Amino acid sequence: MVIALSAITMLVLIVLFILKEGLPFIFQIGLPNFLLSTDWNPPAGRFGIFPMIAGSLWVTLGAVLVGVPLGLAGAVFLSEFVPRWAMRTIKPTIELLAGIPSVVYGFIGVMVLAPLIREYLGGPGLSILAASVILGIMILPTVMSISIDSIQAVPNSYREGAFALGATHWQTIHMVVVPAARSGIIAGIILGLGRAIGETMAVIMVAGNAVKLPNSPLDSVRTLTANIALEMGYATGMHRQALFATGVVLLIIIMLLNYIAMTAIRKRGRKK
Amino acid sequence: MTVHPRYTQIVAVSVLTLLTVSTLAVLVFIIVFVFGKGLPYVSFDFLFTNPKDMGKFGGILPTLIGTVTLPLIAIGIATPLGVGTAVYLTEYTRESRMTRIIRFGADCLAGIPSIIFGLFGFIFFVTTLRMGWSIISGSLTLVFMILPTIIRTSEEAIKSVPYLYREVSFSLGATQWQTVRRVVLPNALPGIVTGIMLSIGRSIGETAAIIFTAGSSLRMPHSIFDSVRTMSVHFYILAREGISNQNAYATAAVLIISILTINLISYWMMNMFIAKKTR
Repeated sequence: MVIALSAITMLVLIVLFILKEGLPFIFQIGLPNFLLSTDWNPPAGRFGIFPMIAGSLWVTLGAVLVGVPLGLAGAVFLSEFVPRWAMRTIKPTIELLAGIPSVVYGFIGVMVLAPLIREYLGGPGLSILAASVILGIMILPTVMSISIDSIQAVPNSYREGAFALGATHWQTIHMVVVPAARSGIIAGIILGLGRAIGETMAVIMVAGNAVKLPNSPLDSVRTLTANIALEMGYATGMHRQALFATGVVLLIIIMLLNYIAMTAIRKRGRKK
Repeated sequence: MTVHPRYTQIVAVSVLTLLTVSTLAVLVFIIVFVFGKGLPYVSFDFLFTNPKDMGKFGGILPTLIGTVTLPLIAIGIATPLGVGTAVYLTEYTRESRMTRIIRFGADCLAGIPSIIFGLFGFIFFVTTLRMGWSIISGSLTLVFMILPTIIRTSEEAIKSVPYLYREVSFSLGATQWQTVRRVVLPNALPGIVTGIMLSIGRSIGETAAIIFTAGSSLRMPHSIFDSVRTMSVHFYILAREGISNQNAYATAAVLIISILTINLISYWMMNMFIAKKTR
């Protein structure tokens, strides 16, 4: 009984300590000042995290643009067109790839992707674009495997019904199968989103980390997570509190996303 | 204007094929690239000698020690907690408000990004509890991270033990606890071990949470209160500070091999488990 409460106790502890460090700071300088100012200059006592919020949003949006079409296409293809025996080897392979540590993805981004972008598209290379592509690849396994599960959960009678009406395989997929699997797919996308927004090490390595509002996808940005990780090593006093306050903002965004994903998954469970 | 469905079918299938093939190609490329660049430098000496010059030369022995000890301690603490929670959720209660709260806690914990665990571990274990940057702070932070996985997988494993087994045990006069210990847990063991293996894999690859709690000292640790650097942290520092690309690739190769091996073993075990169950 006592042991069973450990998970919830831990959650409470985490939230409590992050809030305890972060909230007084937010109250002290004021929420609008903290969230909306673009001026981040800790030594001068100016703490505006708007560029980081924008950075996180851009990078995450980019990751979704890269990862979701690929992941969804892959999921549909693998579950509808590939024979079951091949599926049994491909799906575990994809899930194994989810185990590659984020630092490795980041390193690939620095060594392979960033030079390509610098050479062919201009800019510093370490940019929103690079971060988006790397994060998009990182969330692929999540999006793909949850989508595959929910596509496979669509009863075969639906497909047979569509075929009997004379639909082609593709019509069946985009008019019947994908809509039926929608809530599961959405849950997969949101979990991928959460992973992208919370990702730290890979983003630090490829996003360039400049504190400014980006004008194009080729500009360098700093995300909320990168802001925490980069300055935590030496921050003290107010500065450290500001980083915890950044953590509070991140935690709230993630909690919201997870809540939406969890309701989406639960809805699917009830329908079945 | 309508296009004949037969053509959209052809177009759609070719686009899907193309996208899937390129996705798989990218994922395979990553592994091949790292292995190609790193494996030639991995040797017995590289694994078992001390680094020189901040890791520019020499091997990765201390980071190997860190990578082994941190997850092991974390597993040692998280397993009883996680399995205990799972047993409680499945054997001792019905669905109630309580179980919903516990599940909600575990689900939320699973979604928190590692940097937040790092912040928390830093302020709680390192600063408030005065453990400093040490193996113990790092391990305890990892416990928080892997607990949800262990709870979930153990719960599934315990649920899959047929109810019949329990009834037989009760009819022989066994108490609830005897049933759990002698009948349910042994039968659920492979599933539980799978969860543990997956957690080890995740712990090994973790960087953000560990760098703020276990520190990044390259010295050989002498006790659990010493700071240590894990392989993934070492790789991050080598790569980011441009100390040595060659050693970075080699460390990455070792890292990926260990994680893939552990994940492969857990898949294999899970399949054995499922095969046994369905037979």
